[in-house]
Amino acid sequence: MNVKRFTNFSITQATTNGFLIGALALGTVSLLLVLLGISPAAIGYALINGSLSSWLKFSHVLTIWTPLLLCGCGLLFTFRAGLWNIGIEGQVVLGAIGATFLLRQEYSTLPPWALISLAMFCSFVGGALWGAFAGVLKNRGGVNEIFGGLGLNFVAQGFILWLILGPWKRAGIASMSGTDLFTRELWMFTPHGWRVAPAALIIGFVVFLLTGLLLSATRFGLQIKAVGKNPLAAPLFGIRPDMTGLCAMAIGGGFAGLAGGLQVICVYHRLIPSISSGYGYLALLVVMLANYKILPVPFICLFFACLAAGSIQLPIVLQIDSSLSGVIQGACVLSALLVHGLRKRKKGAA
Amino acid sequence: MKSITTLVTTLVVFCFLLLPASNAFSAGDEYPFGLLLVGPANDHGWSQAHFEAGQAMEKVFPGAKMLYIDKVNPADRAGITIPMLVDDLVSKGAKLIIANSDDMKDGVREAAMMHPDVKFIHVSGDDVITGKAEANLSNLMGRMYYGKMMAGFVAAMTSKTGKIAYLGPLINAETRRLSAAAYLGARYAWTKVLKKPASDLHFKVSWIGFWFNIPGVTSDPTLVAGSFFDSGYDVVLSGIDTTEALVVAGQKRKDGKDVYAIPYDFKGACVSAPDACLGVPYFNWVPGYTKMIGQAIKGNWQQEFLWLGPDWKDINSVKTSTVSFEAGNILGDKQKNGLAAFTKELAGGLNLFTGPLNFQDGSPFLAAGVTATDDQMWNLPQLLEGMEGASK
Repeated sequence: MNVKRFTNFSITQATTNGFLIGALALGTVSLLLVLLGISPAAIGYALINGSLSSWLKFSHVLTIWTPLLLCGCGLLFTFRAGLWNIGIEGQVVLGAIGATFLLRQEYSTLPPWALISLAMFCSFVGGALWGAFAGVLKNRGGVNEIFGGLGLNFVAQGFILWLILGPWKRAGIASMSGTDLFTRELWMFTPHGWRVAPAALIIGFVVFLLTGLLLSATRFGLQIKAVGKNPLAAPLFGIRPDMTGLCAMAIGGGFAGLAGGLQVICVYHRLIPSISSGYGYLALLVVMLANYKILPVPFICLFFACLAAGSIQLPIVLQIDSSLSGVIQGACVLSALLVHGLRKRKKGAA
Repeated sequence: MKSITTLVTTLVVFCFLLLPASNAFSAGDEYPFGLLLVGPANDHGWSQAHFEAGQAMEKVFPGAKMLYIDKVNPADRAGITIPMLVDDLVSKGAKLIIANSDDMKDGVREAAMMHPDVKFIHVSGDDVITGKAEANLSNLMGRMYYGKMMAGFVAAMTSKTGKIAYLGPLINAETRRLSAAAYLGARYAWTKVLKKPASDLHFKVSWIGFWFNIPGVTSDPTLVAGSFFDSGYDVVLSGIDTTEALVVAGQKRKDGKDVYAIPYDFKGACVSAPDACLGVPYFNWVPGYTKMIGQAIKGNWQQEFLWLGPDWKDINSVKTSTVSFEAGNILGDKQKNGLAAFTKELAGGLNLFTGPLNFQDGSPFLAAGVTATDDQMWNLPQLLEGMEGASK
């Protein structure tokens, strides 16, 4: 009975919070647009039309949704462990480098599907190692994961530029356009009329389910939660906060690495300097907006992906800069932080 | 009565069936075309030159309607790919798409494959030559080496220190060709007109890494240009899409330095700092666009690699000259007269890519009296002897 009452209360509260966040974000952005002399309705129509009006457009949305979801899932592990994994951008980059490294090798005996599978595995390993490295810096060097991660992001960016302009440059040309295109058999299969590879969607769904399962229904998930809630008390239950945090960083980095792998194999079909597309940082906003909960993450990712894909309509149709979608995303997150902050304060006062 | 109704109906249907064949229909029919710009549409450089040519097409072809999107590059539009944008433009009715950057080469090739019924113009690419282009993809470029020769000529005629710098974008065959052309123009003015020894001319190239500044990724062109001026170079030629070199030159002049710059790409580029601007070599995309879009509208599109040059009869003709040089207002009589004579020589067939010329590493490029072929110029593998800077 108590459980039922608690569940009902949580759902009601979550709905109220969601409504408040939506109203606040919508109100703020609409007010801003009206002050700038732009019709909020026209913007809304352009964004919806540009993202949901046809299967082709929606499949573009899904090409953004999938890597964003993978990064979001990775961040759920680290946030649960009480860690701010700012280094997720670098982990996406290292995942992309891992996949490219494998696809550049000449394994003439292996069929394309095996190479693609191995490349995805390499992307996971690349991201996981980079994430674990930030964890080791924290555990062994006492470097806060925020600063360590930020530093590693710069290193990753320098590394990818060096590879593209150096050892992996195009024949005769060092080009910021990236490495040479992979041959078509090394592109992930995409049916006619689709723009997203079904296998990428499957990877996204499986990783999301795995995240939910690991964090909610396993001993490991409980350990992560314990470390995140109280790292000082966790050892009393035989949990090592340093090792648990390291595992969370590695898993989170691995999932971000998978996102990088998909960017290389499914989206760009080559390695480019800005291969992460900023999805790591965007996923930080997603998870904050989700209030660090699992279930809202795919839906918020979808909303953000719709904004990103739909935003290209703004310059084409309305001659408005597409960075407005970033303003909407930022307003949503700020509204969420404000609503959750006020709730906590009210709860504390009570 | 019934037979009259049948007759009238038949006539009406017949007229409608014939209508597509008439000129009146094709002239009035709407022809949307897409334009993908790598930089901002108002960059006073490469992208603005394309944007204005696109606007001109709306006047040249009644019914033509431009749909454009600017800042199409992974840094400004993270996660948005060329095929994604092409899908969108096609869904809005675009029948022809122009992509204005070498950076879009892979994406355009992919999009052309996905949309075989849509025509594509890739500016500055060479997929048609290399055989990688689908039948619906053509290439367009201007013979800007003439404009760069004139820019180099004016730079050397103006320089007091004999130290001329070239602010380069990224290293590829095109940028090597253009910086080498600027060097040859400068060397010609220095040795043939001013009669000074070639060893006193210093020509240095620095590459920033891309066609415009991307913070954290490329070198900052403002800092690079400033560094040139601070180390004694008194004229900087810009090879990038934006006007930082000219802006810095304008600032330095306000501080009392006797320095100049030559921007690139866009006829109106001098406006950022007219008192520091010696002129601008610029593209006029109207002739190329008119030819290719016209063919597509008339239904006689054919795949082409168009490398259009200046119209020497009227180098500033908007209708016919793809490449030109707009002299700066500050040029003195000596520079103006020199440039006029040099332009006349170029019009008369002078080609500075004529031997004896060596590559930067000292290996022979062209024997005495031999003129480079189009292929040799298009695929220039190194900078030339006498130039400082990285070739690869």
